[in-house]
Amino acid sequence: MTALDAQTDSISITDDDAPAERQGSTPIERPKRATPLQVFREMPIVIKLSTIWLLLVFGGAIYAKIDTVLLNDALPLQNPNLQTNNFNPATGEFGDGEPNESWSSAHWLGTDTIARDTFARIVHGAWVSLIIAMVSAGFGVVVGGFFGSLVGFVRGRTETVTMAAMDVILAFPALILLLAMVSIFEVRSLTVIALVIGFLSIPAYTRVARAGSLAVSQREFVLAARAIGTKPMKILFREVIPNVLPTVLSYAMVAGAFVIVVEGSLSFLGLSVQLPTATWGNMINQARGNLKVNFAQVFWPSMALVLTVLSLNSVGDWLQKRAAHRGSAL
Amino acid sequence: MTDVGTDSDRLTRAEHNEPLLEVIDLKTHFQVEGGIVKAVDGVSFTLDRGKTLGIVGESGSGKTVLSRSIMRLITAPNVITHGEVRYDGRDLVTKSSREMKAYWGVEMAMVFQDPMTSLNPVVKVGRQMTEHIRHHLGVSKSEARATAIELLKSVRIPEPEVRIDNYPHEMSGGMRQRVCIAIALACGPKMLFADEPTTALDVTVQHQILNLLRQQQKDRFMTMIMVTHDLGVVAGRTDEIAVMYAGKVVEKAPTNQLFADMRHPYTQALLWSIPKVSQPKHTRLNAIAGRPPDLISPPSGCSFSPRCPYAQEKCHIEEPPLTAGAAPGHQFACWYPVGSPENEAAWERNLAAGVPQTLAAAGKLTATEELLETINLADDTSDHEGAGA
Repeated sequence: MTALDAQTDSISITDDDAPAERQGSTPIERPKRATPLQVFREMPIVIKLSTIWLLLVFGGAIYAKIDTVLLNDALPLQNPNLQTNNFNPATGEFGDGEPNESWSSAHWLGTDTIARDTFARIVHGAWVSLIIAMVSAGFGVVVGGFFGSLVGFVRGRTETVTMAAMDVILAFPALILLLAMVSIFEVRSLTVIALVIGFLSIPAYTRVARAGSLAVSQREFVLAARAIGTKPMKILFREVIPNVLPTVLSYAMVAGAFVIVVEGSLSFLGLSVQLPTATWGNMINQARGNLKVNFAQVFWPSMALVLTVLSLNSVGDWLQKRAAHRGSAL
Repeated sequence: MTDVGTDSDRLTRAEHNEPLLEVIDLKTHFQVEGGIVKAVDGVSFTLDRGKTLGIVGESGSGKTVLSRSIMRLITAPNVITHGEVRYDGRDLVTKSSREMKAYWGVEMAMVFQDPMTSLNPVVKVGRQMTEHIRHHLGVSKSEARATAIELLKSVRIPEPEVRIDNYPHEMSGGMRQRVCIAIALACGPKMLFADEPTTALDVTVQHQILNLLRQQQKDRFMTMIMVTHDLGVVAGRTDEIAVMYAGKVVEKAPTNQLFADMRHPYTQALLWSIPKVSQPKHTRLNAIAGRPPDLISPPSGCSFSPRCPYAQEKCHIEEPPLTAGAAPGHQFACWYPVGSPENEAAWERNLAAGVPQTLAAAGKLTATEELLETINLADDTSDHEGAGA
C-alpha cells in the first residue's frame, strides 16, 4: 500500500481541478498565413532569381498569346512567323530585317534563317512549353494524384491492378511511346501533344501519390476518423488527400520541368507541334545546320529551355523542403 | 441505425442493469510469415454500465489490440478473430464494417494515445468536429458549430470561439488531447475507450486530462475502458483493473482489492517498476528482468515464468488457469500467488539456487548487463534456469 501511496503522490502534483491550460487573458496569437511577398522575401537568392525567371516566362507566354489572339498583333512584339525581309505591298518597301542577322535594336536577339525575329519566337515558344507543363501537371495531379491516393488507402486488389497498369505504361521507353502515340494523330496540334504527354505523366504521379497515401493512411488520425464512424470515401477526401497533396504538387514542379525537356526533344525531332508554330525545340532544330553562321539562333532558345528547367527544379525542391519542414513541426 | 437494437429492447436491458459489454473468450491473432501472433489470446470480462475498467500491461501485452478488437477497428487482411463481443446484447464480432458504422462515434468512441498524430494536421479543428457532428446528427452548419463550441467549452478549452478556427499545430499537446476527447464525445457515446490517453503528455497535463475524462464520464454516465501501462494512472480512477500479459488477462480485481492484495507476480513487478518520489536520487529503476515474450511462440507453461522471480518447475510446464480468489471478483492465474506460503517457499528456493531474476528482484544483482550475462550463462548451461534445482 505504501508503494501505491507514493505512486498517487507522484501523479497528483497539481491538485487544482479546474482551469485547463495556462489560459489567462493573453490573446491567442494566430500566426497569419504568409503573403506571397513575405514568401518571396524569405527565398534564397537563387530561388528568387528562378522565381523571377518563371514569372517572366509565364508572363511572356500569356502576353504573346493575348497579342496574337485577342489584339491582332497590336502590342509591341513582332509576329513570330513574319519574315522581316518580306516585301510589303502596302508601303512598297522591304522589311527591316535580313536572314541570320545579329542582334540589333530592331531584332534584339537577331533573326533566323528566314529572317524571323528570334526574340519573338522565343516568347511565343514559351506558350507551348507552358501549356505542355500545365496540362501534364493537371492530368498528373488530378488523375494520378487521385488514383494514387485511392489505392494507397484501400489497398488490396484495386491497388495491385492499378499499379500493374501503371507499371506497364512506365515500362515503355517514354519517348518511343510518345512517338507512337503522336503518330496516331494526323494533326499534331498543341492540344494533341499536350494530351498525349499529359496521359503519359499519370503513372509517375500515381506512384508518388500512392507512396504518400500509404504513409498517411497508417497515421492515427485516419484510424481516429474511422473510430467516429466517418465514411471511407470521406476519409479519403478529407484526411488522406489533403495530406498527400503537398507532396504531389511539389513533384509537379519537377515533373513539369521534365516534361518541358521531353517536348523539347520531340520538337527537335520535328514531331511536336507542327511548323511554323514556334517552339524552343524546333527553333534549335532549324538553326542546327547553321551553327557556324549564327550560333545565337541555337544559343538563345537553348538558354530559355535550360533556365526554365533549372528554375522549375530549384523552386520545386525548395517548396518540397519547405513543406517537409512545416510537416515535421506538426 | 436499426441494427443497434430497438429502443424498447435496449431500454429493458438498461433497466435490468444488464452489463453493457461482455467479452467472451476473445482471440485476435495475426497470421504472419513466421507463424501466428497471438496478440489477444482468450480474454473474457464483463463491464457494467457507467463503470470503468482499467487494462494494464507493458508494451506488447496486447492491451491496445484488445481495445481495438472490441471496437472492431482492426481490419488487417491477416487478422483472425474468435470469440464474442456482446455490446448491449448484440455480438459485434460477426458484424461487417458497414454495420459497425452505426456503433462508431455514436455508441462507442476512442481517445487515442498521441494527440499529435490523431488530429488531421491540415484541417482546422472546428471542421474536424463539425463534419462529424453533422454526419451523425444531421444538423445545420451553424448548429454544428455551436455544438462544437459547447463541446470545446465542456472540455475546458479557453476561448473556444477562437480556438475552433485553429489548426492542430497551433495548439499545445494537452489542448489537442482535449480536442480529441471533445471529438470522441461529440455524439454522446455510451462507451468510451481511452487508449493510453496521457502517455504523450507531461505529468501535470496528464493529471488534468485524467480528471477531465473522469468528469465527463460521470456527467454523461459513460462506460469506460482505460488502457495504460501505468498502474498509477488507473489507481484512483477505475472500478476494476485487468492486468494483461502476453495477450491474456493474468489478474483481474476491483481496483481497491487489487492494490490491497495483489496476487500475481507480474502485477507486483509492474508496481515495483514505478519509480517512487520518496526514493533517494539516482536509485536504479526496478525494471522487470527480461523482455516481453515472443507472441508467435510463447514460452510453455505460464508465459511470465521466464521472468518471474517465483517461477518453479511447474510454472514452466503447466499453464495456470484464471481462478477466482478469496475476495469477490478477484481472479488471477498463478500457481504460486503472491502472499501465499507456497510463494514464499518458492522465493527462498530460487534465492538459494541463485536464479537470476530472483536475485535481481531481491536487489542482489543490479546492473542490467550483469543480469543479462547471467541469464545467457544459465541458458547455456541448464535447461530451466535452475528452477527448483
